[in-house]
Amino acid sequence: MNLITYIVSRLLQMIPVVIGVSLVAFLAIHLVPGDPVQLMMHGRATPETLQAAHAKLGLDQSLLIQYWHFITNAATGSLGTSIIQNADVGKIVGERLLPTVLLLVTSAVFAILIALPLSIIAARRSDQAADHAIRLVGIIGFAMPPFWVGIILMLFFGIYLDWFPISGYGRSFGDRMYHLVLPSLTVALFLAPILIQSLRAAILDVMTAEYITVARAKGLGPWRILIKHALRNALMPVTTILAVNIGWLLSGAVVVEYLFSFPGLGSLLVRAVGQRDYPVIQGLSLVFAILVLVVNLLADLSYMLIDRRVLKA
Amino acid sequence: MDHSNTLKLPLHRRLADEFRRWPVTLKVGAVILLTIVLAGVFAPWLVPYYPYSQDLNNTLQPPSLAHPFGTDNFGRDLLTRVLWGIRIDLPFGFLTTYVPMIYGVVLGSLAGYAGGFFDSVLMRVLDVVVAFPFLVLIIVIVAILGPGIFNIYLSIFLTAWTMYARLARAEMLVERNKDYILAARNLGYGPGRIVFRHALPNVMNSSIVFSMSDFVLNIMLVSGLSFLGLGVTPPTPEWGAMIAEGRDFIFEAWWISTLPGLALVITGTALCLIGDGLAQRLGERRHALI
Repeated sequence: MNLITYIVSRLLQMIPVVIGVSLVAFLAIHLVPGDPVQLMMHGRATPETLQAAHAKLGLDQSLLIQYWHFITNAATGSLGTSIIQNADVGKIVGERLLPTVLLLVTSAVFAILIALPLSIIAARRSDQAADHAIRLVGIIGFAMPPFWVGIILMLFFGIYLDWFPISGYGRSFGDRMYHLVLPSLTVALFLAPILIQSLRAAILDVMTAEYITVARAKGLGPWRILIKHALRNALMPVTTILAVNIGWLLSGAVVVEYLFSFPGLGSLLVRAVGQRDYPVIQGLSLVFAILVLVVNLLADLSYMLIDRRVLKA
Repeated sequence: MDHSNTLKLPLHRRLADEFRRWPVTLKVGAVILLTIVLAGVFAPWLVPYYPYSQDLNNTLQPPSLAHPFGTDNFGRDLLTRVLWGIRIDLPFGFLTTYVPMIYGVVLGSLAGYAGGFFDSVLMRVLDVVVAFPFLVLIIVIVAILGPGIFNIYLSIFLTAWTMYARLARAEMLVERNKDYILAARNLGYGPGRIVFRHALPNVMNSSIVFSMSDFVLNIMLVSGLSFLGLGVTPPTPEWGAMIAEGRDFIFEAWWISTLPGLALVITGTALCLIGDGLAQRLGERRHALI
């Protein structure tokens, strides 16, 4: 299999999933018990406005035609109209996409910075006190809900020490990074325990390879073998681990964005659910799922570029 | 493998034997969890207050002897509310973990054993469910069905089985080529009997280990939803709802948010320790069998 056929077949595999995902997102507005427009307007709509709203959302057409419009519009970036905000959903969601992506990236960087040294120590001292201590820390870290960790960080770094802002999103790039510190640290602490576990296993796995034995036979020190020889190969699965856990990362981001009043997709979702803004909920669920699928696709492709053996399988 | 000896031992001896083989993480986790369960069951007799009774003369009191966890903005005793919270969060976590586990494992192992059309359909459904971030999917379903604890249960039952189906299917793909399955098939047993009587006990282990983490995640889920205002509503003493209430008083009363969260962390840690120990214990047993 060559590179092009691999990419094409990988894209073809995505088609049924994308159809399924769009169907779920599409049905989000239709499975609402009762009239979604009536619910959005809290039952105060007159028959005329109701009819107008139905026409605007296309709810007066047959389901099949509506679905067709939904996917063709979505393909061009148009996700319908929010009646409540009287604005284009694609635009509302688009404005919020970048902050969330930025939050994901900084969180992933923080998580790697936390997990890498700990997993190296855990692998180097496997089954010794340090390893057990790190495992215990990981278990406790896993059991800490992100919204609680966020509050603790707010209390300590935001209020007690007054080092970082505890809500919002800055204007300039530097200011934004400054506002991102606490939210992304919260998400990172949520992700790090899983990363530590997988990285430790990956490092231990690499350490059994023959070239490590060779390096050891040459008389290289254990740290040098670990850092210069083992780590390079152990780090390869990190992209995969991050991609597999992207749903996890996003789930954490939803709660953390809400907590820190961060203007991303997650806080938009919570607000839309509170306002029963169904077109926004519909558009957001589609965007979230596409985000997960794209990240997984990119991870697969980058992995293939690093390790061409995938093509042979 | 000689089972006849162990079977003759009286039950308490066998239990003691089993307990001795438990890894230390399993023992510690089980003790903590048992304490939490007992504290939840006997909550009304452990504390002199009632979780809903307000005392407006004693609002926002810091932790003291009379109120070890302090009081909230309505003067309600926080320790009381945290203890009563066990009665809400723990059963919720239990049901949302083990009900989907039952049909998830059954569906996954049937798909893995049978293969073919049923398997492909199930896998496509799985791919779609997994494409959504879990919390987003739950929030969207709750938005569709409307808030309320019943709808939260329903939304989790609709989605949470997928992980178990995946795990059981993966294990079944390995298991179905083993000699004992072949032997059972040669004896003329039907697929139902082979899957449920013979294979199922062997494909369960990874699901059982995962269920402990899932338990933690589900407790976090209900408290997370309550925190977002989409789950259990105040004044119910649910941990996440309490953390959310405390957020408004974060400047003057740190204990309202942090201490209920601590209960969540301790419960989660106990469950994770049990999961860690179970993985060790079941892994050992699995090796002994092969």
